[in-house]
Amino acid sequence: MRKMRMNQAVATALADEMRSNPDVVMFGEDIAVAEGPFKTSAGLLKEFGPSRVRDTPISEMGFLGAAVGAASTGLRPVVEIMFIEFIGVALDQLVTEAAKFHYLSRGTVSVPLTVRGSIGAGLGFGCQHSQTLESWMYSTPGLKLAVASGAGNAYGLLRAAIRDDNPVVFLEPRALYAKREPVQTGEDAIIPLGRAATVREGSDVTMVAMGAMVPAALAAAEGAPWSAEVIDLQTLVPYDKEALLQSVSKTGRLVTVEENPLTGGWGGEITAFVTSELFGDLQAPPVRITCPDIHVPYGRELEQRYLPGPDYIARQVGSLLETGTRPPHWWETREVVA
Amino acid sequence: MSGAGVSLDRRLRLQSGRAGRYEAMCEIRAFEDRVQAMFFEGTVHGTTHTCQGQEAVSVGIAAAARPTDTVTCTYRGHGHALALGMHPVTVLGEIMGRRDGSVGGVGGSMHLCDTSIGLLPTFAIVGAGIPVAAGAALTAQVKGTDDAAIAIFGDGASNIGAFHEGLNLAAIWNLPAVFVCENNQYGEYSAIHLTTPVENIADRAASYGIPGQVVDGQDVDVVASAVGEALERARAGHGPSLLEMKTYRYAGHSRADTAPYRPEGEFDRWYERDPINTYRTRLIEEGALTAEEAGEVEARVARRVVEAEATAAAGDPATVDDMFRNIYAP
Repeated sequence: MRKMRMNQAVATALADEMRSNPDVVMFGEDIAVAEGPFKTSAGLLKEFGPSRVRDTPISEMGFLGAAVGAASTGLRPVVEIMFIEFIGVALDQLVTEAAKFHYLSRGTVSVPLTVRGSIGAGLGFGCQHSQTLESWMYSTPGLKLAVASGAGNAYGLLRAAIRDDNPVVFLEPRALYAKREPVQTGEDAIIPLGRAATVREGSDVTMVAMGAMVPAALAAAEGAPWSAEVIDLQTLVPYDKEALLQSVSKTGRLVTVEENPLTGGWGGEITAFVTSELFGDLQAPPVRITCPDIHVPYGRELEQRYLPGPDYIARQVGSLLETGTRPPHWWETREVVA
Repeated sequence: MSGAGVSLDRRLRLQSGRAGRYEAMCEIRAFEDRVQAMFFEGTVHGTTHTCQGQEAVSVGIAAAARPTDTVTCTYRGHGHALALGMHPVTVLGEIMGRRDGSVGGVGGSMHLCDTSIGLLPTFAIVGAGIPVAAGAALTAQVKGTDDAAIAIFGDGASNIGAFHEGLNLAAIWNLPAVFVCENNQYGEYSAIHLTTPVENIADRAASYGIPGQVVDGQDVDVVASAVGEALERARAGHGPSLLEMKTYRYAGHSRADTAPYRPEGEFDRWYERDPINTYRTRLIEEGALTAEEAGEVEARVARRVVEAEATAAAGDPATVDDMFRNIYAP
């Protein structure tokens, strides 16, 4: 297996899908000539030419809408939303048009569209360029949603997203672009949407994470005096119910770890599902580890404090195992500042 | 009654000469009058947006387009769907929530679709179909066909961002698209001059460096020629155009709106140029149609609408199973 950075894994997946299907086209802001601000489309313009790899104006509603139209009429577009926040000006095309075309055509129109977006805090981009925003999208029927947690699964998930006949939102944690990992490539490396990965086996607690919280949860579990099973959800819509039930049946404890404000985050949905199904088997209350209900702060130390890091995650899980009760979120124990 | 064959056959009548255009316009008028009455009677629920007065735009576009061209149109879409070839039973079935409706009865009046005649799901969000049409034009360009895409939208949509972004993108990519603005003088309840600082929406084409043309939307032949020329231009690789059809909406915005805001005499002035009456007079004067034949056409479409209503009403309503279908493509 080749070691590559996550941005290289993304570019490799795009190139491989474009080679395998001439209907795959790609467009977005500065993705062609400049090869993307995060170099996620390196080499694509050169290999596939300006008809299939296009720079767009700074015009998300226009080019996402065009992608919906292209997908509905025979192309398989991949569009890049440079920072996921930029989808705010284009959301209609995703949630109200693309997600509903199959339904509003009695199944005669499909929208094989992939919307890639970079997400997450940690790099000092400030609160308008650091959110994850899964919460905006995961409750829209008709959309699928997958999140990469590193180069390893970015390749396989992105290829699956492009091949899917539905609109798929594919989110890439920006903080992981530069991180190297071994990446399996080729057809066999494609990861079916809807399947979670058990990235660490354990017996005391099930930690469910996505995106940049997967390496954080793994680091927290490493060397801890308790045994954690870490599940990388990989796909949030649809999520792998079977994997969750199997794991929590075994461990009896559930902790979700997400890079989102507490309120409305996907951890609430996962927790409700698992608790309803396995109420009698749980040995402790489910715990959610999240960010506070605030904006992402800018300063380096504040931003790191905002994000659940390995030490904090380990402290919360350890406390749960020790006391059998929900440990307070770190911000709950602070004095409130007016 | 629904299905690709029927839709395409109906489309062909528009190529059979001007009598076909006349019949298509009469059918839309009779259909919309009946739909409006059904909503006032309360026999159907929800809302609807009828297009009486704008028939020449629908029929002129359909006469100029190919079935392989993609059309995006608005929630005021019954007339366009009928003109493009959709059967009245299929449209009414959708309005009545029947399984035989255009999208199986789960969409309603604002949601019609038939890809065999090029019609993508109609758009209930103002302006949303404009960039989508650009994308359909992109497909034609990338695949190297000479098909084109037509976006049909109202005057109000020219003030929403999707209009600007869609036309800008189509222009810089030189896409084979025709943007048809139906200026029916009102965006929902508001007169266009209260919301729009230019008199002619076609003038906005200049900011995209594309041709913009004001067209008499009350004359079906003029509409067909203008759309035909813009389509030829698009197919030849010369890029998109903006056509502004000056027309008039006889009904209010939607079911609930009786248009009390209309100035005295405005309706009467426009009705003097009613697209159906003027076309009938002209065809008779030119000897293309006799008064007797015109009467037969009107009687025929009236019967067709009555029969369509009965057929649609007798159809099965959409089921609970139907509402779970087609959420995701397999």
